[in-house]
Amino acid sequence: MTPIEKVEGRAIPLGLKNVDTDVIIPAHWLKTVSREGMGKGAFESLRADPDNLFDSAEYKGAPILIAGDNFGCGSSREHAAWALGDLGIRVVIAPSYSDIFSGNAVKNGILPVVLPQSAIDRLMEVAKTDPVHVDLDTQTVTTPFQDRFAFEIDPFRKMCLLGGLDEISLTEKSDAAIGAYEAKIAKTQSWLQPATIES
Amino acid sequence: MNQPRTLYEKIWDAHVVEQRPDGTALIFIDRHLVHEVTSPQAFAGLRSNGRTVRRPDLTLAVPDHNLPTTARKDAAGNKLPITDSESAAQLAALEKNAPEFGIRYIDAFAPEQGIVHVVGPEQGFSLPGTTIVCGDSHTACHGGIGALAFGIGTSEVEHVLATQTLLLQPAKTMEVRVEGEVGPGVSAKDIILHITGTIGAAGGTGHVIEYTGSAIRALSVEGRLTVSNMAIEGGARAGLIAPDETTFAYLKGRPYAPKGADWDAAVAYWKSIATDPGATYDKTVIIDAADIAPSVTWGTSPEDVVPITGTVPDPASFADPSKQAAAEKSLAYMGLTPGTPMSEVPVENIFIGSCTNSRIEDLRAAAAVIKGRHKADNVKWAIVVPGSGLVKAQAEAEGLDRIFTDAGLEWREPGCSACLAMNPDKVPAGERCASTSNRNFVGRQGPGARTHLVSPAMAAAAAVTGKLTDVRELMA
Repeated sequence: MTPIEKVEGRAIPLGLKNVDTDVIIPAHWLKTVSREGMGKGAFESLRADPDNLFDSAEYKGAPILIAGDNFGCGSSREHAAWALGDLGIRVVIAPSYSDIFSGNAVKNGILPVVLPQSAIDRLMEVAKTDPVHVDLDTQTVTTPFQDRFAFEIDPFRKMCLLGGLDEISLTEKSDAAIGAYEAKIAKTQSWLQPATIES
Repeated sequence: MNQPRTLYEKIWDAHVVEQRPDGTALIFIDRHLVHEVTSPQAFAGLRSNGRTVRRPDLTLAVPDHNLPTTARKDAAGNKLPITDSESAAQLAALEKNAPEFGIRYIDAFAPEQGIVHVVGPEQGFSLPGTTIVCGDSHTACHGGIGALAFGIGTSEVEHVLATQTLLLQPAKTMEVRVEGEVGPGVSAKDIILHITGTIGAAGGTGHVIEYTGSAIRALSVEGRLTVSNMAIEGGARAGLIAPDETTFAYLKGRPYAPKGADWDAAVAYWKSIATDPGATYDKTVIIDAADIAPSVTWGTSPEDVVPITGTVPDPASFADPSKQAAAEKSLAYMGLTPGTPMSEVPVENIFIGSCTNSRIEDLRAAAAVIKGRHKADNVKWAIVVPGSGLVKAQAEAEGLDRIFTDAGLEWREPGCSACLAMNPDKVPAGERCASTSNRNFVGRQGPGARTHLVSPAMAAAAAVTGKLTDVRELMA
């Protein structure tokens, strides 16, 4: 995964609340065995409108997306994060996210920034004309107009994003603890082993 | 004396492999369900990093999303090919990956095949008190038997395959208590639609919802699975319903369920995990069951719920300006005018199925309404998709298939079908569907499709009249 620290550029002022992952990437784009090329299907229903923001000269390839409450709700499809990444989006800024989406985003080097609606409203305004600057290290979003919004992020997620870390390798360091847990369960709760069925 | 704990906290505590100083914990996963859509990239990741599946014995794979629901074999018993080449490739990938990594696999032609969330409980693979994950947000479903079950993304699928664990932040707890008795014609689906309308699509974000109260206790396991299935529609990653005698009776004797002394030990354990008296939740919502009517959605978010006796709302009636804007967009997409009675909205398509409502009880409820009647002329497409081959066989043994086909509905093979329209089952653009599925999102049932979420009995009623209908008017 590509590390992320500072992102500066235009921010797509989408602003909608409850943007579900079916809207981010419709199901028919999920019929693939690869993670690549999903940007083509990203926001398909919105981009059917020739005047959509995503394909406008101004916002095409913009690295930041601004949205409303509950971004990424619905389906767990990680394809939504892959599609955003393939569109070139590295940061989403919204008041809240679905739990599954924010996890998927982080695992794909996309930073989900949480800011209150008042900050979102201001950034939506700035984004119409000017770039937005996001700094993960200092946990701030700034604008050319001296706006400065601080955001919170889970320290583990921050570390993974800054270092571009692969979580599986980190967990493999706990191999002995996992083995000990399995041994304890096998001894004390044997019913947890699925019964064998005759085939 | 230990601090009183909730059902969620007890399951969490029992699965901590390693507690981290930052509050996260490495949590052991007891059951991993795998389907064809969200797994190929995970298997590819394992392969490219030289990793194996740590616990193939705790993993079960079954295809469901892409499978056509038309006949899978010809009259001579030959297997029919999947004509969509992308679907075929994804199905073939699972068929290859499962044996390569030593995972048990139910193939498309097995009598046990079905929607992964129907198969898990039906096979006794999903059990109370366990942690269950699947690369599918409706994994919340298994909370209906008292499992901590939640959807994960493909990176997490790969993580669980490799390590049988997930690094998680503990969730907040929320109780949704439904007290009293529901009226006639009101089903588990109406309860969860009403709850979603009450708490909102983000009402449970960051929480695990435990459904409690006499109206929940009175539900069958099928009904509980329906309720917990849609926890995610209220923003909660997982739902939970405490296991009880109803749960134990449902699970006993199922293929992967514990046997003999293991069964007794399991039941004793399951009885110990209910929320302790005095335990507190971070949030509690109390609902009077008597307030719940047969319900229907009008918009493009599952929180857009009204009783069937209600009308299409006026966007100006919402206090929140962003909700007003969303409602306007929704109504334009849905082709609805504020003030229209919901019972006057015509529907051209009927879908009875999905992991929310495709179990035997759902099919019985729909058949009871349809029996002796016929679908309306304006209903062009009406399909009934059982949740598994075993549900299908049971329904056929009870003659339900004939009730549906005599009424002009199609009786199909099991799968996810028109819930998300990855297979050929789609609702045409601009047309409406009374659907027993879980999501009314823009384009969910096909580009431009207009979805109204309802219960199986309400879908059957709509099939008969050709419009959204209060099923109570058709009940004897």
